[in-house]
Amino acid sequence: MEYKRITLFAGHYGSGKTNIAVNYAIEMRKAGRPVRIADLDIVNPYFRTKDSADRLAEAGIELISSAYANSNVDIPALPAQMYALTDDKSFHAVMDIGGDDRGALALGRYAPAILAEGDFEMLFVANMYRPLTRTPAEALEVMREVEDAGGIPFTAIVNNSNIGAETKPEDILASVSYAEELSRLSGLPVKMTAVREDLMDALSGKIENLFPLTLQKKYAWN
Amino acid sequence: MAEKVLMKGNEAIAEAAILAGCRHYFGYPITPQTEVAAYMAKRMPKIGGTFLQAESEVAAINMVMGVAATGKRTMTSSSSPGISLKSEGLSYIAGCDLPTLVVNVERGGPGLGGIQPSQSDYFQATRGGGHGDFHMIVLAPASVQEMADLTIHGFDLADKYRMTSMILADGTMGQMMEPVSLEAPEVHTYDKSWAVTGTNCEREHNIVNSLYLVPEALEKTNFERYERYRMIEENEVMYEEFMMDDAEICIAAFGVAARVSKNAVLAARAEGIKVGMIRPITLWPFPKAVFAKAAEHVHTFISVELSMGQMIEDVQLATKCTRPVLLCNRAGGMIPSPEEVLAKIKEVAGGMSK
Repeated sequence: MEYKRITLFAGHYGSGKTNIAVNYAIEMRKAGRPVRIADLDIVNPYFRTKDSADRLAEAGIELISSAYANSNVDIPALPAQMYALTDDKSFHAVMDIGGDDRGALALGRYAPAILAEGDFEMLFVANMYRPLTRTPAEALEVMREVEDAGGIPFTAIVNNSNIGAETKPEDILASVSYAEELSRLSGLPVKMTAVREDLMDALSGKIENLFPLTLQKKYAWN
Repeated sequence: MAEKVLMKGNEAIAEAAILAGCRHYFGYPITPQTEVAAYMAKRMPKIGGTFLQAESEVAAINMVMGVAATGKRTMTSSSSPGISLKSEGLSYIAGCDLPTLVVNVERGGPGLGGIQPSQSDYFQATRGGGHGDFHMIVLAPASVQEMADLTIHGFDLADKYRMTSMILADGTMGQMMEPVSLEAPEVHTYDKSWAVTGTNCEREHNIVNSLYLVPEALEKTNFERYERYRMIEENEVMYEEFMMDDAEICIAAFGVAARVSKNAVLAARAEGIKVGMIRPITLWPFPKAVFAKAAEHVHTFISVELSMGQMIEDVQLATKCTRPVLLCNRAGGMIPSPEEVLAKIKEVAGGMSK
């Protein structure tokens, strides 16, 4: 895969941005590039990139995250190290943007530097099984809100349609036309379709550009 | 069956409330409940409903009281410290016999505490939730699907008994994502002849009020209200029994603690330990009878809680202290692990075989 210097993942909250960003960063690292991943979520203190801290460390990826993520401090603060993403061009950067327009607001601080450098990819993560982005038109609405708030235009779409643990291959096949319609409405290409790795065999050859996902965390209540 | 969608628990509550006919939401943001309000803010304007971010939790609960007085379905949601602020309103709503739905997605306390999940508002919820003699119906979901289903059920119970139904969920339930199937529920109609809707000069006006000038009259309303509570205790208890048929050890747990405990029960069963679980779904009314019956064959109960031990007292009361009830708990935003629960089960099982 061709990697831009900075890859950003944004979209509706709960669309799977963090999972995809972590997997994407690991893939990039495996391809031999030095990678930093940053968690820009200032909205939701639960289920964060930091949940994958061990996996990222093992892969040799530097994680830049709020000192308060997963803590009891409900403060929307980002650390100064964030500037390393734009200032230190010897690293590839993956940025996990918080959900919706409110989450993307924090991106605005870094947008001028990202746009000036010009070597970025801004990916919209879409899941047609999320209740507020059930239709391509609804997803497009979120896309525009995020762009307005974050100040960076999207360049491509990542189809991450799934219904969690119950996802079957046919659920993902059914989302292809959704992603295509969103692509038509927005004028942006579908860069990839993310699927849980155990569903890869059933779908390979049926959908272009599949991206396998290793889910980052098992929870005690599953 | 409706097609499944992937929802957060908080979103499931909001969408289920809309399906149940709620068109008036009043709230104030607080972690880990904020998605309820965020979802309502997006959806209500599209369906002709009202979403209003009030200036405070106190304002929100009083707005709920106002709408409820007109007989319309209405709700508010918050998290622990916010619910404390609403407690005055909850008492007034009880005194006025108004149906409302109130959601508490609990976080660690006391005080401002923290934002991680907790079940430490059990006493507050099950003992009334404010001053004066009253109860709320308290429903404790253990999955995102139940967040939706119990919201719909909660509105029905509220209307049926003219009181508050509270969804008592922990932060995990609000934040976790699971597949949900949402269907428009069966529509029940309830007598709302008491509602303040304008008389058109054609009937006596209705009065919604919690102030009584004569103590005899106030006493009478209290006795009447408690007669209704007695009927609820008789008819509305909900619980789930898991592997209880031959159980010698019984876990009592609700919400996320029940999800964790289920894994521990399965692990203990794999080692031949006869353990089961009773999961109260209604925390008030508490499933007293099923615990009393279990005490006939259970040797020891273990209450698994995200608190310093609150439901444990109801288990002791229900079993009339005929069996030991032990506590397995984490607090302050921490969740017990299946391994911790399993260790407690083994400790009890080891003691029994000696």
